[in-house]
Amino acid sequence: MLSRVTGLCTLILGLLCFWAANGLTSTDQPVMNRIIILATTTSTQDSGLLDLLVPLFQIKTSYVVKTIAVGTGQALAMGRRGDADVLLVHAPEEEKTFMAAGHGIKRQPFMYNDFVLVGPTSDPAKMAKAKSAAEALRQIAASKTLFLSRGDNSGTHILEKQLWMRAGIQPAERWHQQSGQGMGQTLIIASEKSAYTLTDRATYLKLKRRIELTILLEGDPELLNTYSLLQVNPLKSSKINSAGAQAFVDFMLAPETLDLIRTFGLEQYGQPLFHLLKK
Amino acid sequence: MDLLWQGIKEAIRLLLGGDPEVFAIVLLSLRVSLIATATSLILGVPTGMALALSRFGGRRFLISLVNVGMGIPPVVVGLMVAILLWRSGPLGFLGIMYSPLAIIIAQTLIALPIVTGLTLAAVQQLNPKVRLQILALGASRWQMLWILAREARLSILAAAMAGFGGVISEVGASMMVGGNILGQTRVLTTATVLETSKGNFDVALALSTILFALAYTITLALTVVQQREKAP
Repeated sequence: MLSRVTGLCTLILGLLCFWAANGLTSTDQPVMNRIIILATTTSTQDSGLLDLLVPLFQIKTSYVVKTIAVGTGQALAMGRRGDADVLLVHAPEEEKTFMAAGHGIKRQPFMYNDFVLVGPTSDPAKMAKAKSAAEALRQIAASKTLFLSRGDNSGTHILEKQLWMRAGIQPAERWHQQSGQGMGQTLIIASEKSAYTLTDRATYLKLKRRIELTILLEGDPELLNTYSLLQVNPLKSSKINSAGAQAFVDFMLAPETLDLIRTFGLEQYGQPLFHLLKK
Repeated sequence: MDLLWQGIKEAIRLLLGGDPEVFAIVLLSLRVSLIATATSLILGVPTGMALALSRFGGRRFLISLVNVGMGIPPVVVGLMVAILLWRSGPLGFLGIMYSPLAIIIAQTLIALPIVTGLTLAAVQQLNPKVRLQILALGASRWQMLWILAREARLSILAAAMAGFGGVISEVGASMMVGGNILGQTRVLTTATVLETSKGNFDVALALSTILFALAYTITLALTVVQQREKAP
């Protein structure tokens, strides 16, 4: 025997299912060649830059961009397999290898910000006095203070590995731990554990009010963080949207877009999050 | 504690303020998970009943697969579906990677073993004499199956709740095959992860509150149906 309440609940559930199934048709994909897959690093998404630019591009060109924010390592792997059309990444050495292997047709470095070494204000490793990134890392190693690494083969992690190598240090697991997560999460964990870490400035500024970490070393030319646009070689797969990738790159490098990038974050943080490379 | 309170206030503000972005995310989550649960019921209930009632070689092996599948991590399912659906994968020609449909497929696969396993257990628990009695009363095979399903309906509703709870709350598969794309595949769980890594803990908490409220409402409706059904 169905009571009124049961009947109502059944009716609501039924209607919900009907509505959900009805939605199936509306979730249809746009025409295939209007879709662009953009594989990028987490910092461009976490900083909010892409949330500003991608909608503008979509309105202007009627392309649909699928932004997949992963580490630079994974973004390059997606490009190698032909699973993405265009990449926005920041690991110049790896990018050059990618291009040399014929995976891409064009690589254009266009903007930069910088990496900074952050840590607890008390600075137990006395890192703030260091003159270079390598010296700072040697001090961390000497004092065996906890350093939190991304450990995810992202652009930041790749640079960090290069820095340890240049400092001539093989980090020991006891004080060098891996978060295995994005920059934002890693900063939060580092703050909780009073650890040092390497971060791009944009993500740090975004999180600054939430964490207890201070910039202890900045300005070393080794810490420059260059972002490039890479177009994936259309010969890799017939599914690569080469025209779409070209349109996206053209949009990103157009003077109006570059103006937006140059001033992005100025209002909120008192300083821009990204700078343009001089042509 | 302050943050918790702030999050709840933010949730109310986001919902009542009618933020179109949040509204779209809530609707997509609900839609995707409902379709996945419904599909897994359509596939899982008959499979569970078939496994419960039939005897064949390899049956125990199949059941053990279903049982282990009940605990399979969503991120593993996500990875397997991604490998199939990537452009470079065998089903890449479909072009459905990073779409709501891809999330539905992954979530269906997550809920399927749960629904199948619970249905199987429910039907096996029915008194075997009931089956004989139904047949003795002259029911056809299909009529018998229908009556058995009705007998096990409380447990099947529980299976629906467990399946729905499993998929609306999973994040690994949605992130991997959906890509967390704003306006296309961003669901409540992936949006929560993103807002956390952005440091917007209040928004993340607000999204979690909405997720919880949503899961609770659906489960409550199913519970009401289930518990009313019990009374003759």
